[in-house]
Amino acid sequence: MLSVNLAGVTLKNPVMTASGTFGFGREYNEFYNLSELGAVNVKGLTLNPRLGNVPPRIAETPLGILNSVGLQNPGVDKFIEEEIPFLRQFDTKIIANISGSTVEDYLAIAEKMDSADVDLLELNISCPNVKAGGMTFGTCPTTVESLVKQVREKTSKPLIVKLSPNVTDVTEIARAAEAGGADVLSLINTLLGMRIDIRTRRPILHNNMGGMSGPAVFPVAVRMVYQVHRATKLPIIGMGGISTGRDAVEMMLAGASAVAVGTACFRDPFAPIKVRDGIEAFCKEQGVSNVSEIVGTVRPW
Amino acid sequence: MAKTNLCAVISCRALTKTHFELCLDAPEIANTAKPGQFVNVICGHSHLLRRPISICETKEGLLRLVFEIRGEGTEWLSRRKAGDVLDILGPLGNGVFPLFEDDPRPVLLVGGGVGVPPLLSVARARSAHVVLGYRNEAAMILYRDFLASSENVMIATDDGSVGTRGTVAEPVARLLDQNDYCAVLACGPKPMLRAVRDLSNAKNIPCFVSMEERMGCGVGACLVCACKTHDHGEEHNSRVCLDGPVFPSEKVVWDQ
Repeated sequence: MLSVNLAGVTLKNPVMTASGTFGFGREYNEFYNLSELGAVNVKGLTLNPRLGNVPPRIAETPLGILNSVGLQNPGVDKFIEEEIPFLRQFDTKIIANISGSTVEDYLAIAEKMDSADVDLLELNISCPNVKAGGMTFGTCPTTVESLVKQVREKTSKPLIVKLSPNVTDVTEIARAAEAGGADVLSLINTLLGMRIDIRTRRPILHNNMGGMSGPAVFPVAVRMVYQVHRATKLPIIGMGGISTGRDAVEMMLAGASAVAVGTACFRDPFAPIKVRDGIEAFCKEQGVSNVSEIVGTVRPW
Repeated sequence: MAKTNLCAVISCRALTKTHFELCLDAPEIANTAKPGQFVNVICGHSHLLRRPISICETKEGLLRLVFEIRGEGTEWLSRRKAGDVLDILGPLGNGVFPLFEDDPRPVLLVGGGVGVPPLLSVARARSAHVVLGYRNEAAMILYRDFLASSENVMIATDDGSVGTRGTVAEPVARLLDQNDYCAVLACGPKPMLRAVRDLSNAKNIPCFVSMEERMGCGVGACLVCACKTHDHGEEHNSRVCLDGPVFPSEKVVWDQ
């Protein structure tokens, strides 16, 4: 009832973790078996280890958060050596989120990951928290198409392109990724935001600005998934503020073939499991035999 | 497997205008908590993130938390009443205060402000001398608790209303000159921790510090509560929530 197909990869259920909110799965595996999840999308990886930004790296917002972690990660080699064997103990798919500061970085990491034992690659062209690369690669259609095309040549693994919401027209970027050879689109990454401590007159985040996520961004995510679903033929992983099974169903009606749960884990570590159970309950209640049937079936006025 | 706990509030009372004490019926947390660990508490529907609160003390299935109102979440928490139920994750943190159980010498505990509460469980567990720093007399949380458990409790206040006027540095230096301690354990503002670490270093006494940083998940996954540390000659960012909150002071990179 819950299994879905993403670019030829079968997920036992449509619920995965959102990159950057779940580490490499070790911490939440203390709460439940990772085999419960459709896929684990790991912390964003770069070619070389990154220390990330100076703290504070988080600020709360009305029903949301801002973060400015800045792609802290141990580097792709350590991931391949230590984290893939850990994740392979579980009956779940592995999605490696990869980032770079230059085109060369992206190509080198894609080439390295091509021979690694992961199921899908997610090209992160939408991180708002790094000085070089990240979001700057994801906001111009010609840059997106060219980068995706070059990465595409380096790997035969199914390629997800993660889109930034910080653009005028997300469908333009989505079509560029499709033209470049993406197999799947994921959206949305975080919305650029800012909070200021009114007493110190300092931004809460040491990086001044950061990426906003959580329930507050959910309607924006639903809208963008809806638009992108109409603009391209590619399957979509919908994310941005999903915390319940109802949210996930809404995202799938808008056009998502699968969903990712991120910030919700910080409040409730069991959120991805509850989202999965909520989708299942909806399918039973509505007589849906396979959840894929509901994808994009919103009836717009 | 780890889980979240629904815990009933036994009592909630103000210790000062801004410091509150919550007693909770939380046997599973109380029975496993170690000194220096914390819990992560949901503070109502309108605050997304849990609030990390250090564990002050545990006793017979009860969990005692002493916290300061820092914003809307902790303000919400301060308004809880007996019988209310809180959703609590914990005990959290792998970096705890070492107790040096086989060492007969006392430890020196140094607390500043809302950094005072997590030291109480150490004072209850072993012989300790204590230096507590407060803003003024009215802010002296837990002073009587420490008096009841430790033989030597010294106070420093910013305004000199009680004890030494100024920071904890002067009484700490004096005690380090006069006594032989197995370690110094400290929790408080960063400048205080740095000063305590310098004084301990000068005497070659091991020093452990409880670090504070804005947290997200509280379990080590989101990487927001970074604390720069040295490890095998390399600098990297440790997670205050999972690798800490207590670190050996020589591991912390202080020049940020």
